[in-house]
Amino acid sequence: MIVQTLDIGLAALVLTLAGWTVLAHATFPAVVSYVAYGLLLSLIWVRLFAVDVALTEAAIGGGVTGVLLIGAASKLRKAALSTTERELTPPLRWAIAALCVLATLVLATIVLSLPDPPPTLAPEAVQNIAATGLGNPVTAVLIAYRAFDTMLEKCVLVLAVVGVWSLASDRYWGGAPGAPRAVTWDGALTFFAQLLPPLGILIGIRIFWIGADEPGGAFQGGAILAAMWMIIMMARLADAPAIGERWMRIALAAGPIVFLGVGILGFVAGWGFLAYPAGFAKPLIIFVEIFMTLSIAATLPMLVAGPPIRAPRP
Amino acid sequence: MSAATLAGLTGALLAGLGLYGLIIQPDPLRRILAFNVLGSGVFLLFGIIARRGAVAGALADPVPQALVITGIVVAFAATALAVALLVRLSGETSRLGLPAELSGQTRGDGADD
Repeated sequence: MIVQTLDIGLAALVLTLAGWTVLAHATFPAVVSYVAYGLLLSLIWVRLFAVDVALTEAAIGGGVTGVLLIGAASKLRKAALSTTERELTPPLRWAIAALCVLATLVLATIVLSLPDPPPTLAPEAVQNIAATGLGNPVTAVLIAYRAFDTMLEKCVLVLAVVGVWSLASDRYWGGAPGAPRAVTWDGALTFFAQLLPPLGILIGIRIFWIGADEPGGAFQGGAILAAMWMIIMMARLADAPAIGERWMRIALAAGPIVFLGVGILGFVAGWGFLAYPAGFAKPLIIFVEIFMTLSIAATLPMLVAGPPIRAPRP
Repeated sequence: MSAATLAGLTGALLAGLGLYGLIIQPDPLRRILAFNVLGSGVFLLFGIIARRGAVAGALADPVPQALVITGIVVAFAATALAVALLVRLSGETSRLGLPAELSGQTRGDGADD
């Protein structure tokens, strides 16, 4: 009974924050509301017993996206609204609202009339997990059963970085995407940027490591490591790296390259493309995941930092 | 009503809210926000399907969960690219959104400051 009340309260809170994000007059409160929304949404994921998703939503959906959007909102503060974008007339607004209510009703009807017994792949996922040597079925799906999806998604991340960098001005190409290291430091942000990373790096590596058997994994661990690097760059305790640096490029591409390399190795050695040999699956999976974690930890801060804004050092 | 059904209905409402914001908001950054709300609503619909697929040994079907994890990361990558495009556009034109004149004639960068 208490749990039921809590669930309803949580849903109401999430919906209120989403409403505020969509309808608030000013942009900045909308963005802040979105960050809180992402964090509370991860609690709903916990209630669905999808702890892996909850960790990802909290770290990437709320945290890293939040930093990205708050940064964008403060950069765009001075820009005036385009004159061509008029306020919509009330009848049109009502028509749009009716359309969206209709869409919601259709989705809600689907939710209430889902087939019973529900179709599920969980038995297959649990039965075959011994072959992968893993204990967490979500990690098994991500890295073994549907490895091809995950590999392509890593490629999407690299392509996104290429897209963001391609927006750089010619004179800044090869330069750094952030402010240089500060000369003097003070304030709460510096304090936190010195206090948090040692703990955060340990937690990130731990979440990556236990991901084989418990909720966690390369995405979640990598996102926490990325957050630590972002805090350090935001507090200007360290230089943002130049996008032309060789180690930077290697770190970004290592995940998909190693994943693809292991996949092709399987093709050559005869156990199949993106498959793992029986008995040696887990070490190979951990090996791939190490590079995936590294790539995620490098990619997310580079996507948040945006295109380079300083000329490269000669 | 179970927690899963409630989450599913929340997802349906979030998708509707996000769709509304996506259409009516004139500010592109607000549209990106609304699009993310729409996306997270759709992810929650995956959540109820995952939870309903629970069997002994798994509290929720791992396949939809893995799809959502991949989806969250890809949504972030798309958001980052959209934000970078928007910031670059506002730097060029000091405006948010595409001015109407741009579609009609060729102009130099930042000519309307």
